[in-house]
Amino acid sequence: MTEIQAGVGAADTAAPGQVPAIELDEVVKEYVSHGEVVQAVKGVSMTIDEGEFFSLLGPSGCGKTTSMRMIAGFEEPTRGVVRLHGQDVTNVPPNKRDVNMVFQSYALFPHMSVWDNVAFGLKRKKVPDAEVRRRVGEMLEIVDLVGREKRRPREMSGGQQQRVALARALVNRPRALLLDEPLGALDLKLRQHMQIELKRIQREVGITFVYVTHDQSEALTMSDRIAVMNDGLVEQLAGPREIYERPATKFVAGFIGTSNLLSGVVSSVNGSCAVLALGPADRVVVPIKGSAAEGDTVELTVRPEKIIISTEKPDGDLSMVEGTVSEVVYLGTSNSYAVALAGGTEITVFQQNAHDSTTTAERGDTVWLSWQPQHSYALQ
Amino acid sequence: MRKLRAALTPYALIFPGSVWLAIFFVVPTVVMLSLSLQSGNVSDGFVFTWNWQSYIDGLTNYHDQIVRSLVYGLAATLIQILIGFPVAYWIAFKGGRNKSFYLFLVLLPFLVSFVLRTISWQFLLSDNGMLLGPLKNIGLLPEDFRILATPYAVIGGLAYNFLPFMILPMYVALERIDPRVLEAAQDLYAGKVQTFVRVVLPLSLPGVFAGVLMTFVPASSDYVNASVLGGTKTTMIGNVIQNQYLVTQDYPTAAALSFTLMALLLVGIFSYAKALGTEDVLEVAAR
Repeated sequence: MTEIQAGVGAADTAAPGQVPAIELDEVVKEYVSHGEVVQAVKGVSMTIDEGEFFSLLGPSGCGKTTSMRMIAGFEEPTRGVVRLHGQDVTNVPPNKRDVNMVFQSYALFPHMSVWDNVAFGLKRKKVPDAEVRRRVGEMLEIVDLVGREKRRPREMSGGQQQRVALARALVNRPRALLLDEPLGALDLKLRQHMQIELKRIQREVGITFVYVTHDQSEALTMSDRIAVMNDGLVEQLAGPREIYERPATKFVAGFIGTSNLLSGVVSSVNGSCAVLALGPADRVVVPIKGSAAEGDTVELTVRPEKIIISTEKPDGDLSMVEGTVSEVVYLGTSNSYAVALAGGTEITVFQQNAHDSTTTAERGDTVWLSWQPQHSYALQ
Repeated sequence: MRKLRAALTPYALIFPGSVWLAIFFVVPTVVMLSLSLQSGNVSDGFVFTWNWQSYIDGLTNYHDQIVRSLVYGLAATLIQILIGFPVAYWIAFKGGRNKSFYLFLVLLPFLVSFVLRTISWQFLLSDNGMLLGPLKNIGLLPEDFRILATPYAVIGGLAYNFLPFMILPMYVALERIDPRVLEAAQDLYAGKVQTFVRVVLPLSLPGVFAGVLMTFVPASSDYVNASVLGGTKTTMIGNVIQNQYLVTQDYPTAAALSFTLMALLLVGIFSYAKALGTEDVLEVAAR
């Protein structure tokens, strides 16, 4: 495989991380729709480092695509500043920005061959012919499309078109590559394959990737850092592990993976932990950031795979609640239990089928759910 | 049984259309072809004699009108491209939510009869009419200035009458261009001009191609515009054919001229398609 370096300027930056590749500073985007002002992005600030695989994750309409389009230059922020490598580009048109984009539906030029598609940007930049030939050739090699140069986009499969779109953007050696749900149109198998491919290509070219997706597992597998967005704001910006294990808000907890939400009134505070009153035999201890006083209502979240299900009341300092199994689902690698608590809350529990796949409990059984207190988080 | 029905369904679906075409296209064409090779006159009747003379007579006697028709048709088509493309482009890209309304405006003239509209042009353009009269009165134009009965009037009429047929296919081609493709061009360092030349124009070609076919053919065989807006020096082949049928009643010559025109147009269309690279154009159009 051929090695490709990031844009010329990238070499000048002394140490990676000194000048962030992309900065959004209090960016707001407003639209006027039917005479009403709608805020698509309500004040977003983030810095994306050189060479980072950065994801904007959120449901549709959360402002992630608008944020990316402001980085690309297709939208002008109503307020705020966009900086690329420290340079204010807020009002610079897309054709003058050193970033390239992979569009959701690829947006390949239907009347051009694969080769002409990939060479388009270099030709517009008036790169000499010999160099265009060399770089396009190298790029097609990286995305494994050698021998298909003369094909038209519509003669290719979705996965191949995807790689043409990627090559067409990467061949320009942009300072950052923006990808707008690039795998959305592919089927599951191909999507998983392309996730690995994208990661490989990103490592190979060392270019900053900004990846927009609504697929949380995609974001978790590929990203160095993730900004979870909702309703025009960033809910949490952190690494995948942090986001999954320590969701900062109720929204993040609900959006990423399956999580169980429990709420209870604080019965006593013990150092950095609060003890919550749930059912009479239950005992729930949760670490709290900030402060909580007796009588406050606290919401906490526990991931289904952290919970142990048992028919006997467990020993030790575990948090534990009692409930009735309302559903058992066999998932192959695991069993999934839905357990209803006395208060009506339903808790999902995953149990790995590591030893055998027999279920611990059946529908209607009374069970105990327990977990390590440090695996639960109070939500702000 | 079900298999048989499934196999027969396509034929059942094209049956009415085929019958229609057979009766109203194939039969008249064959009748005309045979008529063009007959000799005789209206009172004594016509006999089939492989008489190719009608073709030779037609070509030698009406050579000027044939060439004129093709030139007028071509001129009208070019004017239509120049006027129609910006209109189609504007509706497709800037029309917003009112696209259908603008398209309706393009089609609005069709609610009035073709002949009636041409006659109102005659009224507008007449030597001392609404347009020229005032201009002559204030001395901007000489007294003997005229538009009617000149080639300009006929070409103008042709261009006007067939313009919607040019705009519609161009609009369809332009409207189908994914705006993201234009953004992609911009993202890949193309400015407005480059985006237009490299992406919009090539992608709109199938529409222009269809528009040219739909306007050049009827314009060069039209006779209404030449007879209403033209004079003796602007006679087109359509007028000749009409005259041969209805006035002179020399049916073989009229039929021979019709076939000559048809052959010329077909040759023209195919060489045009070849020059543009039909394969490509039709392929894109078929998508």
